[in-house]
Amino acid sequence: MSAKTLYDKLWESHLVRSEADGTALIYIDRHLVHEVTSPQAFEGLRLAGRKPWRVDANLATPDHNVPTTPREGGVEAIRDPISRTQVETLDANCRDFGITEFQMLDPRQGIVHVIGPEQGATLPGMTVVCGDSHTSTHGAMGALAFGIGTSEVEHVLATQCLIQKKSKAMQIRVEGELGRGVTAKDVVLAIIGEIGTAGGTGYAIEFAGSAIEALSIEGRLTLCNMAIEAGARAGFVAVDDKTIDYVKGRPYAPEGELWEQAVASWRTLHSDRGAQFDRVVTLDATAIRPQVTWGTSPEMVVAVDQRVPDPGEESDGVKAEGMQRALDYMGLQAGTPITEIPLDRVFIGSCTNSRIEDLRAAADVARGRRVAGNVKQALVVPGSGLVKAEAEAEGLDKVFIDAGFEWREPGCSMCLAMNADRLESGERCASTSNRNFEGRQGQGGRTHLVSPAMAAAAAVAGRFVDLADLDKG
Amino acid sequence: MDKFNTFTGIVCPLDRSNVDTDAIIPKQFLKSIKRSGFGPNLFDEWRYLDHGEPGMDNSKRAVNPDFVLNDPRYQGAQILLARENFGCGSSREHAPWALEDYGFKVILAPSFADIFFNNCFKNGLLPIVLKEEIIDSLFKMAMGGQPLEMTVDLQDQRLKLPSGEGIDFEVDPFRKDCLLNGLDDIGLTLQHVEAIRAYEERRRREAPWLFGS
Ligand code: SF4
Repeated sequence: MSAKTLYDKLWESHLVRSEADGTALIYIDRHLVHEVTSPQAFEGLRLAGRKPWRVDANLATPDHNVPTTPREGGVEAIRDPISRTQVETLDANCRDFGITEFQMLDPRQGIVHVIGPEQGATLPGMTVVCGDSHTSTHGAMGALAFGIGTSEVEHVLATQCLIQKKSKAMQIRVEGELGRGVTAKDVVLAIIGEIGTAGGTGYAIEFAGSAIEALSIEGRLTLCNMAIEAGARAGFVAVDDKTIDYVKGRPYAPEGELWEQAVASWRTLHSDRGAQFDRVVTLDATAIRPQVTWGTSPEMVVAVDQRVPDPGEESDGVKAEGMQRALDYMGLQAGTPITEIPLDRVFIGSCTNSRIEDLRAAADVARGRRVAGNVKQALVVPGSGLVKAEAEAEGLDKVFIDAGFEWREPGCSMCLAMNADRLESGERCASTSNRNFEGRQGQGGRTHLVSPAMAAAAAVAGRFVDLADLDKG
Repeated sequence: MDKFNTFTGIVCPLDRSNVDTDAIIPKQFLKSIKRSGFGPNLFDEWRYLDHGEPGMDNSKRAVNPDFVLNDPRYQGAQILLARENFGCGSSREHAPWALEDYGFKVILAPSFADIFFNNCFKNGLLPIVLKEEIIDSLFKMAMGGQPLEMTVDLQDQRLKLPSGEGIDFEVDPFRKDCLLNGLDDIGLTLQHVEAIRAYEERRRREAPWLFGS
């Protein structure tokens, strides 16, 4: 048998049928549901008189719209009527169709992409979909995971399948040891800086190499989360001991004999030696420095010790124009050192960076320091109720609060500003989220994507700062 | 879904690359639980001078005269001419809903983001990838004094310009068939119920842990 990539293996094990032209019907093992992209799908099911194919394959939670301030009043107390309607609609749809939902007041509620792996609802070798582009996150578990649109949400509900065509396979190898303070977030931003936001279009990306193997599962979740920002619908990492240790004992994970059987199968989830990729990109881990985006696309990124680039030095006219537009929107001058950019707000959270290790990394920087006077607000929003509880058990909430950060309830929050957490026009934010598009964090808001440690350092310094320089003042 | 018939329409040139779905339909409009009515808020932040919120009377809002959709030459346009990586970012299907609700039927670009590209077909929109040089020349034509009108013939996979010149394009045969016949994906898939059940049975034996209670 010829050598297979991990992608080949995941694809072939889910193939229900295929047409001569490559159009395939793919079976979906896990469907995650949230309140924004599902109402029209449930509406469609009802209109057509259809029922979910396999209720137990679905898991739902509200995350985009939920308030991150105290929730005593429950769903009724959500102030924005439209947000409230969406959360209520999800509750009603899950009740009507018998789908398990972690409702807003459930301690397990959180961002879908955080709770999937946390619950063991995302397992190695699965196909995982959700009406949300950051579903690529779950690929960190050695799963084929990708975002879908609302029509596809309805399609999965009704048939447990999706109509797909196989993508091309790309391998991104990051070799060598990461420097101190360089995180998974910096790695993925550096990758996007290298291949561009369309570099992965049409590909499924396998992240490999010694630096990826050295990452924790949480780091790999951060990495795969942003595969979509490189244009790839799916990004994944081969299964190793870390993956298996991570899954063990989680509520939805198999147990006993089934566990042994599952592990034996999961051990095969890697690319075979000699497997062929359509494209291979290699990065030197030792050359990656902490990253900060300066523009309105994640590919507009430099290292913290660099300067805002000059569109005048870009030979491609369309690109130069795009850079100039980004600088205008961001209110930045070409040539400004990144470390001289002052900040108005800081956001630590989102499905990219709101897991316990992220909060620990940020707390390590915040401990014993104070948020700078020019920073109006520094938010810490855990990714799930369970992450929040774990952080509180470790005393991280106190660290943040003592340093002047706000400690919030779990949800998407200022990642996309669908709830009350948002930037005012012209405000500048260091954010651990994944998108710096115009208006993403509030109309006119200016987003710089960074790692949790960098965000915390920026909060206490009031500007971007190389972590190594923080102590020098 | 309506059948996709040959039509002749005006081309609206949107001269920006990396237009993301947040720009196509800003997030505040995602809160609707319906799938229609997004057209008036298509490109909301570029199209109006004020900040748009759901429920506003859009006819009373100040429009941005510099934005191409507001240019009198392109009123009633059914073909959107775009630059590279159109539709990147969030997977929201509201983006094709908004484009379709506005009246667009076809989008021409040198490249599209994957999810958006797929979502278009599911909503009766035809995204067409053309070579950069062709897109460049179409921009020149469309931005002249006279609006450019062209005929889109999906059956023959051909765009026809007023000059008589034709531009051939590629389209996935399956997607083409669905568009031409107005077929819905779920109905198509449910023709294969037996295959899905057979897969499930086999899979249940091979990987029983994937089938919970
Ligand atoms: S945290 Fe942000 S990127 Fe992640 S699911 Fe929520 S809105 Fe999307």
